Amino acid sequence: MGTFRMPSLGADMEAGTLAEWLVKPGDTVKRGDIVAVVETQKGAIEIEIFEDGTVGDLVAQIGETVPVGAPLAMILARGEDTAAPLQPEQQAPPAKTPAVEPVTARTEEAASPPAATPAPVTGGFVRASPAARRLARTRGIDLAGVSGSGPDGAIVLADIETGAARQPAAGGAEGMRAAIAAAMARSKREIPHYYLAHDVDLSRAARFLEDTNAGKPAAERMLLIALFVKAVARACGKYPEFNGHMGENGFSPAPSVHAGVAINIRGGGLVAPAIHDTQDMTAAALMAAISDLVARVRAGRYRSGELANPTITVSSLGDRGVDRLFGVIYPPQVALAGFGTPRLRPWADGTTVDARLVTTITLSADHRVSDGHRGALFLARIGQLLQEPESL
Amino acid sequence: MNRDKLETLLTRELHRIAPDIDMADVDRDGDLREEFDIDSMDFLNLVAALSELTGAPMPESDYGQMGSVNALLAYLEDRTGQAGTG
Repeated sequence: MGTFRMPSLGADMEAGTLAEWLVKPGDTVKRGDIVAVVETQKGAIEIEIFEDGTVGDLVAQIGETVPVGAPLAMILARGEDTAAPLQPEQQAPPAKTPAVEPVTARTEEAASPPAATPAPVTGGFVRASPAARRLARTRGIDLAGVSGSGPDGAIVLADIETGAARQPAAGGAEGMRAAIAAAMARSKREIPHYYLAHDVDLSRAARFLEDTNAGKPAAERMLLIALFVKAVARACGKYPEFNGHMGENGFSPAPSVHAGVAINIRGGGLVAPAIHDTQDMTAAALMAAISDLVARVRAGRYRSGELANPTITVSSLGDRGVDRLFGVIYPPQVALAGFGTPRLRPWADGTTVDARLVTTITLSADHRVSDGHRGALFLARIGQLLQEPESL
Repeated sequence: MNRDKLETLLTRELHRIAPDIDMADVDRDGDLREEFDIDSMDFLNLVAALSELTGAPMPESDYGQMGSVNALLAYLEDRTGQAGTG
């Protein structure tokens, strides 16, 4: 029998509030299934399970605030008795491998979970259906100010739609700001950053996209960001010291590239959920994944695995930003690649100067792990890869 | 497709992408992306939705004709009229 525990969804998370169970005792689950929704400072997060089995007791109640590492449910291996009672020692925070994979094993905080036993806190929690929660989030409506017409006074979709009067976003935005503040303060306190910048001609990449997108329905068109993320992932293969996590025992390069794509949230805030195994995806598949991620972030729904384990962050300012950005590394990662807004700029080719579409790529990297020399080679490699867009 | 119907579609799709911006408050001849604070990904999603709903292909090469609310409505009116889907 395994225990499904509250995952750590970031170095700054101490506890989460169980918003919804998507399974019930007796349900069969397999690795990767989404089994619960947890409210955190970053919004409602869908929690995946990382083992196969049958759901036993649901230990945590809806509305309960559960510390990271404390049990949420029991998971029975095939053939185990679903009626097996929860043993007292299983109430304690994790002593061994948790059933959930996220950063627990990778961040220092997670190694010392809150010592207290789970203390249920129900105050301040509002019952609401997932659809209502989503809509309220997109509209910036504070659920606490809405009266519910569903079972047990739960807020349903219609309550949000009829209560169309918009309220200013309250705790959500502040919680997000606090989460960013905690992670970024830790980054600036612990990580000796160094910064590099490199101008790259995007003419070929832009022409490639024009040709690729011509005649395609809008839903299949590609944007530069897909090429940017792919180029970073490919470059990480050659320069592994920029892809991985810093832990108690130093840097561990990651075997795969889970690129965290920075996505801004309307009304304030930013998240960078991971696209897993980016190096193995085609640019088209990557574009679809980014598009899907942006849509889900806008709707306030992303998955625990996505938030927990990016191995490098890619931040692209898009087409309405400025020339370059100097990113702050998201711990325990060790690098962030930034792409400034592509713009026509004078470009010397031999002795001829003409106007080319140019972006400035920047690298923020951890000096405990790498030096500027390797950083420069890494950036130059990204620039070279963007000269061969058809190979990405 | 007539202007009123297109206006309803566009308002709904823009609301989906930028729920914090009210169509009544924007400059309809102003830069669409600035007025609604949307990036290239949002714009692509908007074009994808409108293209699917109206049947107009809306190729990238025409993006220059979709720069404001009014320009986009005029463009769609023209294209859906020609396509006979109105």
